[in-house]
Amino acid sequence: MNRQHAAWWFLTPALLVLGIFFLLPVIAALGLSLTDYDLYALADIRHLRFVALGNYWDLLHQRKFWSALGHTFYFVLVGVPLSIAVSLCAALLLNSPLVRFKTFFRTALFAPVVTTVVAVAVVWRYIFNTKYGWLNYVLGLVGIHPVDWLGDPHWAMPSIILFAVWKNFGYNMIIFLAGLQAIPRDLYEAARIDGASAWQQFRHITLPMLGPTLLMVAILTVSGYFQLFAEPYVMTEGGPLQSTTSVLYLMYNEGFKWWNFGSASAVAFLLFVIMFVVTALMLRIGRRGEAA
Amino acid sequence: MSPRMAKALVHGLLIGGALVAIFPLLWMLAVSFMRPGEAGSLPPPLWPAHPTWNNYEVLFLRAGVGHYLFNSFAIATAITVLSLAFNLMAGYAFAKLRFAGRERLFQLMLGMLVIPAQVAMMPLFLMLKYLHLVNSYAAVIMPAMATAFGVFLVRQYARGIPDELLEAARIDGASEWRIFARIVLPLLKPIMVTLAIFTFLTAWNDFMWPLIALTGQEHYTLPLGLASLAREHAQDSELMMAGSVVTVVPVLALFLAMQRYYIEGLLMGSVKG
Repeated sequence: MNRQHAAWWFLTPALLVLGIFFLLPVIAALGLSLTDYDLYALADIRHLRFVALGNYWDLLHQRKFWSALGHTFYFVLVGVPLSIAVSLCAALLLNSPLVRFKTFFRTALFAPVVTTVVAVAVVWRYIFNTKYGWLNYVLGLVGIHPVDWLGDPHWAMPSIILFAVWKNFGYNMIIFLAGLQAIPRDLYEAARIDGASAWQQFRHITLPMLGPTLLMVAILTVSGYFQLFAEPYVMTEGGPLQSTTSVLYLMYNEGFKWWNFGSASAVAFLLFVIMFVVTALMLRIGRRGEAA
Repeated sequence: MSPRMAKALVHGLLIGGALVAIFPLLWMLAVSFMRPGEAGSLPPPLWPAHPTWNNYEVLFLRAGVGHYLFNSFAIATAITVLSLAFNLMAGYAFAKLRFAGRERLFQLMLGMLVIPAQVAMMPLFLMLKYLHLVNSYAAVIMPAMATAFGVFLVRQYARGIPDELLEAARIDGASEWRIFARIVLPLLKPIMVTLAIFTFLTAWNDFMWPLIALTGQEHYTLPLGLASLAREHAQDSELMMAGSVVTVVPVLALFLAMQRYYIEGLLMGSVKG
């Protein structure tokens, strides 16, 4: 057995799995999105018709697509900056030389990340409960009237954002912490000698030095948050009044509730294209910012 | 601000943050031992007045949670073992073996990381349907048997293995397979542990694909069983909390035991940009 041969033996299992169960379906999804594959085609493939860009055309003229896209953008535009801000604050606190029991705090703050979304979403549903939930109880102590968090179309998405921030901030916190620890100490030393305040040090040393990390974290978080599904599925079932129906929730309903596989594939591809454009734009703007 | 005040402030904020982070988990544990209806009072009780295992008994004896627990363990273990083997082999080949088209193939695999997994779900479902594999363990295990991310992670790590070591073994007449098993695998042990924890946690917590691929309760994993229980028993908060505890405790325990490897893996994975 020569080395060239051996390499292919080592590669084959993984390549087969990735090819058959990912690459092939992705290509097939593109084809599927150009057909009217539905319940009838599922029963008998002869009912299948080629509709070219018909599914895309229909979606772009349907309110349900635009509102799902709107909810998803709401979640991303509010959720991502909030998540990153909380992660950064937590990392800055943990990185302070004053802190004792650092490992304990790090573990506690990180714990929500490893929990199961569905399980903790169930827990938060009770925390958000209008009558007996802790959130309204605590707010009531400072005189704020009870809010119907998950039942009010205006509050349902903010509630899900709050939950997502709680669940996810620990992940980026760890990445920021590593980034902070890589900044040379003598930079701060020099700044202190020059009389820079804590805020000036943060603004002119920490943030610029953290730039590349920040860009990477932002891109990863944005692509993660675009894939919102389990949280509304468990906490609100997409409601109230569809106010938490995300693009992936729409895809799930189209595909696996109404069996419109053609249309569902078109939804998936539109989401992919949107994610690609947004993250590519972020990369370009971020790179330019670094060069300047 | 005096140093002592700064220190108090930093610790105050950290204690507050840590409390917010773990309060829902501790409260979940406390409520799971309460009697039916006990959590529905004001102010919300922090501690069970008469701790009871009753909720767990109901879950395991009547709601079939033992079965979901078994399914979750079986599926997550199978995915971990298989994907670990395949990712290790492929990652090593990309890092250390020369073959025609290596760079291009690797680029293709990196490109796959950009595509959200959901795009593949509709054709994948149809494929499994025609193979009569919908609603089987295989439907969840097979697509997860290798990941582009895992191969990438192993490749990055395996690049650190010195070529001289492998060449020396080849001159001694060892076969490629023997070199992999006897020399490479022991050196890859740290990344193996990291990848195993990552894979197990991801498989355990996964929701959307199992929800699509597993249509019958007999194959449900814990997250699926819990989500369906939550729709039926929305009012039984004590019961649902016990279900959440059963779902979360195994992965939380695994994380606490192997924290160092998990954090290392997280940092390695995040430098892929």
